[in-house]
Amino acid sequence: MAVNPNDKSKMVVVEGSYAVAHAAKVARPQVISAYPITPQTHIVEDLSQFMADGDIPNCEYINVESEFSAISALIGASATGARTYSATTSQGLFLMHEALFNASGMRLPIVMTVVNRAVGAPINIWNDQQDSIAQRDSGWIQLYAEDTQEAADMVLQAFKICEDKNVLLPIMVCMDGFVLSHVYEPVVLMDQKEADEYLPPFKPDHYLDPKNPMSFGTLGDPSVYTEFRYMQEQAMKNALSVIEKAADDFKKVTGRYYGGLIEGYELDDAEVVVVSFGSILGTIKDVVDEYRANGEKIGVLKVRSFRPFPTEAINNALKNAKAIVVIEKDISIGRNEGALFTEIKAGLYNTPTRIPMTSYMVGHGGRDIRTSHIKEIIEATKKVAETGKIDVESQFNEVKEDLL
Amino acid sequence: MKEIRIHGRGGQGSVTAAELLSIAAFTDGKFSQAFPAFGVERRGAPVQAFMRLDDAPIRVRSQIYEPDYVIVQDPTLLDVVNVTGGLKETGALIINTKESADAFKNLDTKAKIMTVDATKIAMDVIGVPIVNTILLGAFAAATGEVAVESIQEAVKERFAGKVGEKNAEAIRIAYDFVKGVMNA
Repeated sequence: MAVNPNDKSKMVVVEGSYAVAHAAKVARPQVISAYPITPQTHIVEDLSQFMADGDIPNCEYINVESEFSAISALIGASATGARTYSATTSQGLFLMHEALFNASGMRLPIVMTVVNRAVGAPINIWNDQQDSIAQRDSGWIQLYAEDTQEAADMVLQAFKICEDKNVLLPIMVCMDGFVLSHVYEPVVLMDQKEADEYLPPFKPDHYLDPKNPMSFGTLGDPSVYTEFRYMQEQAMKNALSVIEKAADDFKKVTGRYYGGLIEGYELDDAEVVVVSFGSILGTIKDVVDEYRANGEKIGVLKVRSFRPFPTEAINNALKNAKAIVVIEKDISIGRNEGALFTEIKAGLYNTPTRIPMTSYMVGHGGRDIRTSHIKEIIEATKKVAETGKIDVESQFNEVKEDLL
Repeated sequence: MKEIRIHGRGGQGSVTAAELLSIAAFTDGKFSQAFPAFGVERRGAPVQAFMRLDDAPIRVRSQIYEPDYVIVQDPTLLDVVNVTGGLKETGALIINTKESADAFKNLDTKAKIMTVDATKIAMDVIGVPIVNTILLGAFAAATGEVAVESIQEAVKERFAGKVGEKNAEAIRIAYDFVKGVMNA
């Protein structure tokens, strides 16, 4: 798990947003551009304060009038070889949508924290993961954090991953809005020396320079366009091992480790495996501990990397289960299931593994997920494990009939 | 693990109180977690904030439904919010009011009820009717979960200079008052 009780003497109690802003600061960004939007606002406020206090040397903070401008500014800045950071959420991320593809297609290693929030309509400022999931195909790496320490540390890891010469793709560090961004809990704030030891300066081979003119993002006609997409896909594939290594290297410097692509919890002998990502994992693990105390073989598979999707690692981790249940806070409307469930099923299709798998969509628009909900889901999945039969493949965890 | 729910009205600093309590608990050597009932905060509307403390790191992220302790910043909330909802019998309810605890014996709870006129303390010492930090002093006395000195320290760290000093003084008065009632 993320919090190491032995680190207690180094910890301070701060808001999740502050921990993330601090991590972005010690990453020595050269250009920051962001537009405030709930629940991301505290991150950019804290960064603004660091700037005003002179705590981020050699950095330009570009104030903009919208998220579209924020990402566009970073695309330009990153193309000059600068280390760049932003943060956004929900409708702000959606306003960036067009430019997200440009950032990836131009192979620009921009790091952006996405403070996950539901999307309108209806207007909703609370947490779910629909916003980043909707950017699934934009060519950005997507990592999901379980707690505030991981959300902060993942920013450092993200720079290390995306600036790797075999990757060079932008990256979203996703953290649940309010649940993580507004919680106060103990964290270790990485000191500058440690950050510098982990993350070397960004020195790209290709960048805009008047002395050595070149172009980024030019016309790619049908004779070359396919190869750009192919190379992006290859870069994503390369990212699989780079993400693992970034986590391993981080452990060497800080002692903290959260898994690379995935992380199992009580998984080795688990008959029922709960798969999920984001902050709900903490609640799930507490429930699993109760089952384990009763000798029941329930385990958890945490998915850290959603893009690239770690098919092989996930298939390996799941192959001995008797029943699998995926819990997630999104939906592909018209498919009646969330993206994680779809992808795990797809990854297993051409393999010998045939394990009954169901899914529950929870927490849309910030509806609270209680331990009792998780217990109900595990109880239902235990039945699936016993009988091998699935009644409902995928469903909303809770629908209030009187509101329909 | 101990779970605390704070009821207040938007603008009364319920979230700040939960944050400061989490810092104080950590100072005492516990792990802690504080978060608001994420809402579209409006001044005067009923709001909630939550806080957990434990010897082990805290992973659960749900809101708090069966608190060990409840703090009520504004007695008028008792008419509009079920402040005792889920409150454990072994727990405590701390209310900011002029009344004594006897006035609340009809409340639907078996938990211990402690009252303190935090508004009067606030007006006397700080000069403004902000009671959030003062109620933390009462909480420390009523529950023994957090040292009053740790609360004072957290408050002085958050509010520099005279404001912090006056808050710390008011916290101690509330603490002594509740201790006095308990020892009477």
